[in-house]
Amino acid sequence: MGKRTIVPIGPYHPLQEEPEFFTLTVDGETVIDIDVQIGYNHRGIEKLSERKTFDQSTFAVERICGICSTSHPYAYTRAIEDVIGLEVPLRAKYIRTIIAEGERIHSHLLWLGLAGHFLGYNTVYMWAWKLREEILDVMEILSGNRNNYAMFKPGGVRRDIKKEDIPGVIKKIDSIIPTLEMLKKAVIDDPVLHARTKGVGVLTKEEAINFCALGPTARASGIARDLRKDCPYGAYDRLNWDIIVTDNGDVFDKAVVRILETFQSIDMVKRCLLSLPDTEIDANIKNIPPGEGIGQIEAPRGECFHYVKSDGTNRPARHKIRAPTFMNLPTYKATVVGETISDATIILAAIDPCYCCTERMAVVNQKGKKLYNGEDLVRLSQAKTEKIKSRGGKFAARTKGIK
Amino acid sequence: MSITLKALLKSPWVFHLSTGSCNNCDIEILDCLTPRFDVERFGMLLAGSIRHADVLLVTGSANRKCIPRIKQVYQQMPKPCVVVAIGECSLSRGMFIHSYNCPLPVDKIIPVDVYIPGCPPKPEAIIAGVVKLIEKLSAKPEKK
Repeated sequence: MGKRTIVPIGPYHPLQEEPEFFTLTVDGETVIDIDVQIGYNHRGIEKLSERKTFDQSTFAVERICGICSTSHPYAYTRAIEDVIGLEVPLRAKYIRTIIAEGERIHSHLLWLGLAGHFLGYNTVYMWAWKLREEILDVMEILSGNRNNYAMFKPGGVRRDIKKEDIPGVIKKIDSIIPTLEMLKKAVIDDPVLHARTKGVGVLTKEEAINFCALGPTARASGIARDLRKDCPYGAYDRLNWDIIVTDNGDVFDKAVVRILETFQSIDMVKRCLLSLPDTEIDANIKNIPPGEGIGQIEAPRGECFHYVKSDGTNRPARHKIRAPTFMNLPTYKATVVGETISDATIILAAIDPCYCCTERMAVVNQKGKKLYNGEDLVRLSQAKTEKIKSRGGKFAARTKGIK
Repeated sequence: MSITLKALLKSPWVFHLSTGSCNNCDIEILDCLTPRFDVERFGMLLAGSIRHADVLLVTGSANRKCIPRIKQVYQQMPKPCVVVAIGECSLSRGMFIHSYNCPLPVDKIIPVDVYIPGCPPKPEAIIAGVVKLIEKLSAKPEKK
């Protein structure tokens, strides 16, 4: 074995817009090991959510991630509805589906553009982001904002889609299809992109299962797993569609899955808009009983999971979030190792990583041994209060009688 | 106007520093560079390294792990330089003001010249902010 060199990337680097720190161990040009350090995006949203009311938390979880700003509120509201055992009105289900699919279109286009940029193919970057603007316009018409749509509330949606808006929106969506077809051909048939992405960063089916890969990362490896089909929510069981699966698991296949899903999502949005049922948009929730609930939805990157525990007050007693990148990130061990360092860039980007979704609390020491989890930290915090109380003085006098 | 400042205003290269943001502001910055808004026609270019940049665009509510890095990046930046804080989080920490991991707003860590509010600010707002900054900088010497 030759001499090992360590290449540090980050935390501020032009590769991705979020701060994260990669340590690539290379032998010559070949990557032989990778380590990822995250934590530059941790803002303590789970804890913040516990001090906000159920309604306010919907907007708090929207700020977990700017790209998945529908997925998190969707999963969260579904978790609350699971606590109550409530069925959302049909029109609200359709509107939620429209917004979620709109988000999928813009997220996949965003990824495609960035992937083109990382490969030095800026034409794809510019075209994809230009198309994305049209989708953002549609979202602005439907929800009032380009990002952070604030459409969700426990029990329904906050804003109705007006009948007179629908023809204009459909016309706008139709207008991007020819350009998107052109972009699809430019990406799928391009010999340079074939050379750069085919057979690069292969995640085999067994590895994908072992690493519990989710979303397009798993579907590109031949695993037909999609929550929209497996446990339908929203209006997905009323739409006729198939899961898009490819077999090779390389970067090219991940791109193909995402491009084809974009077309599928455009189709879904159109069909939902045309068949909007006339019902209420909100099942007015009066109070939330004690209990536990989970909400899962298929975010653009995979399964987004929220757990909410209610104790009968107007605040969640515990709120746990697991974002798809958390499961997809370890697949780097299988995909990057053995490739050349110039391919590492696109492989690291291929899972469409979203670190601000991923960063929940876990204190880890250098050897990777876990020291504290959430419960341990709560215990430590309580122990500190006890210590201060027992020390006496001003604080103890003020908290006298409080146990 | 000094020659360095004049050169800076002619073609400000921007570097974008995400300090624990939700990606939204970062994407809107990238949006400014793409065909619809296209700030490249004003000579603005996203620089790959901080050592090539004239303008630092800061987004996000600085978290504990980021704060030393922000200072380090600011020190590495060639002077004279301009710092623009983008988005509610970097202005006042927004909804993260009660978070245990966001102790300081960005302008307590490094000096900030321009504040662009919004969650996220629209690309038009970001362009307007940078234009105001350029106007402000080029107007300064005339007052003397």
